[in-house]
Amino acid sequence: MMSMIGRRLAVGVFVIWGVTTLMFVLIRVAPGDPATTLLGPDATPEQIEALTERLGLSGNIVEQYLAYLRQLATLDFGDSFRTGQPAIALVSSRLPETLQLTLGATVIAAAVGLTLSLLAARRPDGAIDRVVSTISILFQGMPTFWVGIMLILIFALVLRVTPSSGAGTPAHLILPAITLALPFTAIIARISRATLTEAMREPYVQTARAKGLSRGEALRNHAFRNAMGPVVTIVGLQVGALVGGAVVVENVFAWPGLGTLIVDSVASRDYTVVQAAVFVIALFVLALNLVADIVNALLDPRIRVEANA
Amino acid sequence: MTDDVILRAPAVVRGRSRGRAARAAASIMRIVPIAIIAIYVLAAVFGPMIVPFDPVATQIVDRLLPPGATTSTGSVAVLGTDSTGRDMVGQLIYGARTSMLIGTLTVAVCTVVGVVVGLLAGYLGGIADTLLSRIIDILIAFPNIVLAIVVAGLFERGVAVVVVALSLAGWVSFARLTRGATLSLREREWVSAARVLGVPAPRIMLRHVLPFVFAPVVALVALEFGLIVLGEAGLSFLGIGLPHDIVSWGQTIAAGKAYLSTAWWISVFPGIALALLVVMTGLLGDQLNSRFQRGGVR
Amino acid sequence: MTDKLALSVRDLVVSTDADAPVRILDGVSLDVRSGRTTALIGESGSGKSILGSAVMGLLPDTMSAQGEIVFDDRQVLGIPERQRRALRGRWVAMIFQDPLAALNPSQRIGRQVGELLRRGGLRGKALEEGVVRLLARVGVPRPEERAHAFPHQLSGGLRQRAVIAMALSGGPRLLIADEPTTALDVTVQKRILDLLAEMQRDDGIAILFISHDLRVVSHIADDLVVLYAGRVAESGPARSVLSKPLHPYTRALARSVPSVSAASAVSDPIPGTAASPAARPSGCAFHPRCPLAREICRRETPQPREVVPGRVSACHFAEEFLDD
Repeated sequence: MMSMIGRRLAVGVFVIWGVTTLMFVLIRVAPGDPATTLLGPDATPEQIEALTERLGLSGNIVEQYLAYLRQLATLDFGDSFRTGQPAIALVSSRLPETLQLTLGATVIAAAVGLTLSLLAARRPDGAIDRVVSTISILFQGMPTFWVGIMLILIFALVLRVTPSSGAGTPAHLILPAITLALPFTAIIARISRATLTEAMREPYVQTARAKGLSRGEALRNHAFRNAMGPVVTIVGLQVGALVGGAVVVENVFAWPGLGTLIVDSVASRDYTVVQAAVFVIALFVLALNLVADIVNALLDPRIRVEANA
Repeated sequence: MTDDVILRAPAVVRGRSRGRAARAAASIMRIVPIAIIAIYVLAAVFGPMIVPFDPVATQIVDRLLPPGATTSTGSVAVLGTDSTGRDMVGQLIYGARTSMLIGTLTVAVCTVVGVVVGLLAGYLGGIADTLLSRIIDILIAFPNIVLAIVVAGLFERGVAVVVVALSLAGWVSFARLTRGATLSLREREWVSAARVLGVPAPRIMLRHVLPFVFAPVVALVALEFGLIVLGEAGLSFLGIGLPHDIVSWGQTIAAGKAYLSTAWWISVFPGIALALLVVMTGLLGDQLNSRFQRGGVR
Repeated sequence: MTDKLALSVRDLVVSTDADAPVRILDGVSLDVRSGRTTALIGESGSGKSILGSAVMGLLPDTMSAQGEIVFDDRQVLGIPERQRRALRGRWVAMIFQDPLAALNPSQRIGRQVGELLRRGGLRGKALEEGVVRLLARVGVPRPEERAHAFPHQLSGGLRQRAVIAMALSGGPRLLIADEPTTALDVTVQKRILDLLAEMQRDDGIAILFISHDLRVVSHIADDLVVLYAGRVAESGPARSVLSKPLHPYTRALARSVPSVSAASAVSDPIPGTAASPAARPSGCAFHPRCPLAREICRRETPQPREVVPGRVSACHFAEEFLDD
């Protein structure tokens, strides 16, 4: 298991290097001089030159890149143009909110998705199975930002049971978390249904039923845990999409996380914050990936036991 | 060996065991996605000829009319009007046009780039393949929509920018699929035979590998089309990418958010249009996939 | 023949629920007596495992059964699933072919062996002791330690012992053993067979032993039922059936295994391939492979009949074998 984590970390470092280098290139190939764009038409040449310097956009490209890597290593992306705070501090301060949202959504998606799959797998191709698969298709196809608005319409404006946007109380988390959870609920339900149905055909499930367990008991007590490995693996691969979804959903609900920050920063061309946010998002995705790997390993005693030995 | 031949058979048997009505329903279900997608295409192509609509003109007296109301010009706004008095039906049709245009362009770019890169990496192997795998690692780990937000946000607004922003990660699934198929095909006898006979590599790929990749790629085109339309709508919803005078469902949904309590229809209808299209492309993709798998190349 | 009938199967038909249903089992009858072993022998695809599933009440959803399955005077085919489930594990238990596949890979052995005890209300120390006792009884050395192992940490023989312990945990009267030694090494096979025989002697359990391997069967079977393409070809006391088969299929089967048949010293495989219930030949299903086939075998399906007392054969010409 340690070697697996080591491999993951190596890939992670590589991915972060790749993403940040992509950012470095993009900012430099984007049309228009960032300093001029930021300062507006009335800026003096001295001001522009000073800002170009601060942005790390002066000098030749190799020097710029080396300076950029140094920034990365020290986590110093410079100050935000809008607020004057260090970009990395600004980004870090938003991280807990995004973490809260993604965790909330993951819990909901896992609970609902797994429950649906357990109901569906009891009788493959039965009535419940068909209903579940229809729900999954709908959940996956509906755009989250629209679902979010519909939930606001129904629960905040018509029924008045939840706040419509913002953050602060646990009630504020409900709608954004449900919204973000929907497509992942569908994914989890679909994959888990498939692996559960397969596991139900395994001889050890027959053994369990031969011991007098009902279909449901065999499903929950024997098939379930063994079916979760592939589910966790595939859900792990969806972590990027989860964080991407969070970025969009935050903007629907004015949730003060990384997503609203990065969209605002892109809109106002706050490059330092954009770079810091991209870096932190990449790091966040990789951390979640690692968590998925570890959960997966813990599920399978054939891996776990060897790790303990 | 016990009786696993018989035990495994039921999957097939069960399919046959369904009644005539169920089979008829299943065959109707097969046509539904393609039929609905066709309606979207027709609406996008011919809609503007039937429904006159000026995306930038405003008609303040007609603003926020509910569905079914009569406008100042005497026509009926079947789905209501928006905050500047524009007809919702027209918005939906022009939105469909935008989605179709961007979806088609982006999928075209992704397919061409993905298939070519995948073929090269799979066939050549070695450094080319390693390089591709690493690039894919990066693009898979990073959220596609965030990449699109940053790229589209950095450049001038325009259709081309949105296409590029969405293509940046969109080609990956095509490349992975093609690479995988190519790797397995490369070891097939007829490919080895062609290689031994000295057929040049580009020709082998065109004649002996590409035709077998075709079917799964078509299925992927349908699946990806939906995801890309969703991505475009997401960008427009966030106010990123497209110029303001281009109508997009995402932008209409965002615009309606401010009027949710008074004019729900502005956000509701484009969302339904978008969800229906995405669901149908997904179903079509699944259908094509299962058909090709049964036809069985791999 | 004073032993009580533990299981009696009469005219069992198992068919697939398709538009064109296939009779996987077509009128099978057999008996298993308490304290004795009936072996059900047949080639792959003959439907012998389906019979095991039917007796357990665990047929796949796509199949349905008609006929009689009687446990100790009680017809169980068609009774509500809830009542059927109550019998499973406690009245009838099952051992499977591949012990590694039959054990849940993510649960410790003890938990799986103790599952029925737990359902019976045992907890804590009593449960632990029960599990250890069961494991010790089936000859698992250092049972306390093994109870904490995962299946992949045990050898094939120990795994099968654990599976047997699990099957015995509910104190069943009838045990269905579906190829219990096929996946094991030859040296381990013998020990597992001895263990089954020992359990049977101690508890008077009836065993339905399903196998394709006549050599294994000849060691343990009291009675023998030969299945071909979902129908009974021949049945009777094992010793007498093997020494004097009354069906050409049984004879061919016996000859294909040198050590079983006195008639031949070398292996003599049956020509052709086994008929499948899905494409059963007309008349006697065995006729395309039968050296004695005549016109009537193609046209008429021979019904199993008692040729001599205790001996049933479904061959039109069974009597001719008596003179051999």
